[in-house]
Amino acid sequence: MENLIALLVAAPLLGAVVLLCGGRRLDAVGHWIGTLLSSASFVIGVVLFTDLLGKNAEHRTLMQHLWTWVPVEGFQADVTFRLDQLSMTFVLLITGVGSLIHLYSVGYMEHDERRRRFFGYLNLFLAAMLILVLADNYLLLYVGWEGVGLASYLLIGFWQHKPSAATAAKKAFLVNRVGDMGLSIAIMLMFTTFGTFAFGPVLSHVGDASEGKLTGIALMLLLAACGKSAQVPLQSWLGDAMEGPTPVSALIHAATMVTAGVYLIVRSGAIFNAAPDAQLVVTVVGAVTLLFGAIVGCAKDDIKKALAGSTMSQIGYMVLAAGLGPIGYVFAIMHLVTHGFFKAGLFLGAGSVMHGMNDEVDMRKYGGLRKYMPVTFITFGLGYLAIIGFPGLSGFFSKDKIIEAAFAKGGTEGWILGGAALLGAAITAFYMTRVMLMTFFGEKRWQPDENGHEPHPHESPRTMTIPMIVLAFGSVFAGGIFGIGDRFLHWLEPVTGHEEGNSPVSALTVTLATMVVLVIGVAIAWAQYGRRPVPAVAPRGSLLTRAARRDLLQDDFNHVVLVRGGEHLTRSLVYVDHTLVDGVVNGTAASMGGLSGRLRKLQNGYARSYAVSMFGGAAILVAATLLMRAV
Amino acid sequence: MNPVNYLYLSALLFTIGATGVLIRRNAIVVFMCVELMLNACNLAFVTFSRMHGNLDGQVIAFFTMVVAAAEVVVGLAIIVSLFRSRHSASVDDASLMKL
Repeated sequence: MENLIALLVAAPLLGAVVLLCGGRRLDAVGHWIGTLLSSASFVIGVVLFTDLLGKNAEHRTLMQHLWTWVPVEGFQADVTFRLDQLSMTFVLLITGVGSLIHLYSVGYMEHDERRRRFFGYLNLFLAAMLILVLADNYLLLYVGWEGVGLASYLLIGFWQHKPSAATAAKKAFLVNRVGDMGLSIAIMLMFTTFGTFAFGPVLSHVGDASEGKLTGIALMLLLAACGKSAQVPLQSWLGDAMEGPTPVSALIHAATMVTAGVYLIVRSGAIFNAAPDAQLVVTVVGAVTLLFGAIVGCAKDDIKKALAGSTMSQIGYMVLAAGLGPIGYVFAIMHLVTHGFFKAGLFLGAGSVMHGMNDEVDMRKYGGLRKYMPVTFITFGLGYLAIIGFPGLSGFFSKDKIIEAAFAKGGTEGWILGGAALLGAAITAFYMTRVMLMTFFGEKRWQPDENGHEPHPHESPRTMTIPMIVLAFGSVFAGGIFGIGDRFLHWLEPVTGHEEGNSPVSALTVTLATMVVLVIGVAIAWAQYGRRPVPAVAPRGSLLTRAARRDLLQDDFNHVVLVRGGEHLTRSLVYVDHTLVDGVVNGTAASMGGLSGRLRKLQNGYARSYAVSMFGGAAILVAATLLMRAV
Repeated sequence: MNPVNYLYLSALLFTIGATGVLIRRNAIVVFMCVELMLNACNLAFVTFSRMHGNLDGQVIAFFTMVVAAAEVVVGLAIIVSLFRSRHSASVDDASLMKL
């Protein structure tokens, strides 16, 4: 069974190679090759999953050693895949949701002449993400990590003829580089501390290292996670990444990329457990991001950007849970999986709406679409109910557990984190209801565009609706399947460990409180957007609204602090270079020039003056010789 | 006669030659002065040969004469072609190589 693990990666990798090298003769079938190979990877995943289920909990780790990458004394880097419960969960999510998105893209990208290339990139994305979650050491994980960065760059900038898409791709790549630097520093620190970077030895010898070093490693890992998972302060790329085609947004937000940071933190749980200070930072980052993303999500009129804010917020929940330590790891992953279902469903729904509306993304120009797109409406609606945590649906089980765990952290921190999580739940309910009402309810608000084409909203083709229906099923039932009877907890506990916290408030109280804030959020949104018609042009709004429309000034902040700061730094360095370094160099050159100018005078061209110096020299030599003789 | 007197003569001739090289401008006179210096050396070589009773100095004097003869051939040729191109045999006029 172990030998199948490499095939998981090989299938999409093969797809990427074939599609990207195959040339135009594959244009007609390329999309089906890509979909087939990613589905093949999913099937292998399912086979391995059933195999793992048949084993005892302690035998559920499969290893496949492929080759030794760097066989040097004292520096062993192996290409080894490790399949345990945690990576299995990710494999199923990545390949399952990924394959659905492939299928959806067949319809969505139908009219794009570069569709084959698109599927090649999608396959590359899956392959990189699978390497990331299957790696048995941090170095191989880094390979996948960079591969994901590359694939996201290619996909976000897929419509490279649009300058905004090209810029967004560069932005995503550059912001991610900051996080990648954190990961590489963490790996180096790990190597100097433990002498290895394989998961097994590092995580089991955490006790040997000093807490300071572990905190350093953990903070660098957190920086890496912030980059990939779009957490404050490296969140700015996520909103712009919406420039990519919608299936890419779904893939980045649900199955790959943003989940990588959460995976990294949970996988390195042993390091974080031994570094409480770093854990505190993780929870703070998570709590700040979950509110940040939620507030941004409230103000956006672009349906994809509203959903992007929502992703940021939901990943914030996961990071918060991961920062809580063993109380939260399982729930972070559980929310990740359920989020994978409903966020992919929501994005595909948004894509379906755009498909029917001539690629219009402004929600103020939608309205009343439920009559025109019944399947999209129902699947999107189920995703909506799942994300706000409607009782019985996926989000209810996973998010509720995270809020409970936040309270269970104990002390003042517990109250603050729990309060932030509850507030986030209320805002989530608000902005998702807003998206729902503005898109599917109310009067139709679309107008003919400047060419006189009025959009004719219509239901999307079968290849697009089937993935949405499957994901809607996942959004509805996944939480129940995982949550009831703590099945997911028992499955993942051997890898991540689990502790019950002592919550100052009972689970029932938390659930009730969540329900209350949920109702409040929905009610406010209803009062604002459901009861009265939505204006077609956005009102000016309060100071907070305007700030939120500008992503809470994240780009302005980056511009002032990083861009300007960087410019000043460069200028001062250039000044030092010009005055100090160039001064020394030019000064040396000038003094040499002056000296040689004087020496040059000796070359006057008169043979007799040369003869004088020759005679003089000879006389001096003779005199010196005689003098030495005499002494 | 004391052979040292020949050495004095040799030194005198050498000095006259050297002075001529330094102060005369006509290339042919300078050239003749160089010859004078060479022959002053020859005289010193032959004198030393006599004083020490071996033939080394005389052999070297022959060599010097051969070299001087060759030098005269080349030197005079240069002077003649210099004169043809510039209509002057002054060594100070041939100063094109200075910066």
